[in-house]
Amino acid sequence: MIKISIQNEEFDVTAEIKQLSSKSIGAIATFSGMVRDGSKDSSLISLTLEHYPGMSEAALEEIAQKAKKEWSIDSITIVHRVGRLKPEEMIVFVGCASAHRHAAFDGCQYIMDYLKTDAPFWKAEETKDGTTWVSERENDKAAKRRWHLEESN
Amino acid sequence: MKIYYFAWVRDYIGYPYEDISCPKTVKTIEQLAQHLKDQSDGHRRAFQDLSSIRAAKNQKFVANDSEVSDTDEVAFFPPVTGG
Repeated sequence: MIKISIQNEEFDVTAEIKQLSSKSIGAIATFSGMVRDGSKDSSLISLTLEHYPGMSEAALEEIAQKAKKEWSIDSITIVHRVGRLKPEEMIVFVGCASAHRHAAFDGCQYIMDYLKTDAPFWKAEETKDGTTWVSERENDKAAKRRWHLEESN
Repeated sequence: MKIYYFAWVRDYIGYPYEDISCPKTVKTIEQLAQHLKDQSDGHRRAFQDLSSIRAAKNQKFVANDSEVSDTDEVAFFPPVTGG
């Protein structure tokens, strides 16, 4: 099963893990991405996340499908928040449930690496000096390339 | 043609969406961007450096040389920064 949710509301990690679990599941690997204050003077007020409705859900679904094809994963949950978030709030949750841990760990990492470069979301940082759009990171592109599973976009 | 803008591309242009009919000479994403560039000062700023803009056609990422037609939904936006 694949569950994709793009939402304003906070999510409950424990509830998401519970939903992923079943009798045949021996391992659930999860990732939680947080709003981090990376500004020089720790002055981040908020982070606003925007997405391309329709395309963003389809992109996450496609990434999850690819992960399921690559590893023996039973269920995947991806929750991505949008809207105005405060420092330390959660932005994204990825959970992969499998019989064994390696598929769950790898699937989780693969999904995050692809989510960073292949899903239409954008972040704007609000500090005391104003609001600026976050630039893409070269590291993220490199992280995706290391999987070498297919051609990149 | 339905055209959507996101993030700073939208901020420069001033609105998130427009429905335009393109001249017949516009056949690719890049030609569309060049055409849009002349629509207003905001468009000119948004499309000033095409290498900093990404595009989607019918909600799939596409390259600059991808063909477009009037029935397509096209979007222009900066490189994605989610997660």
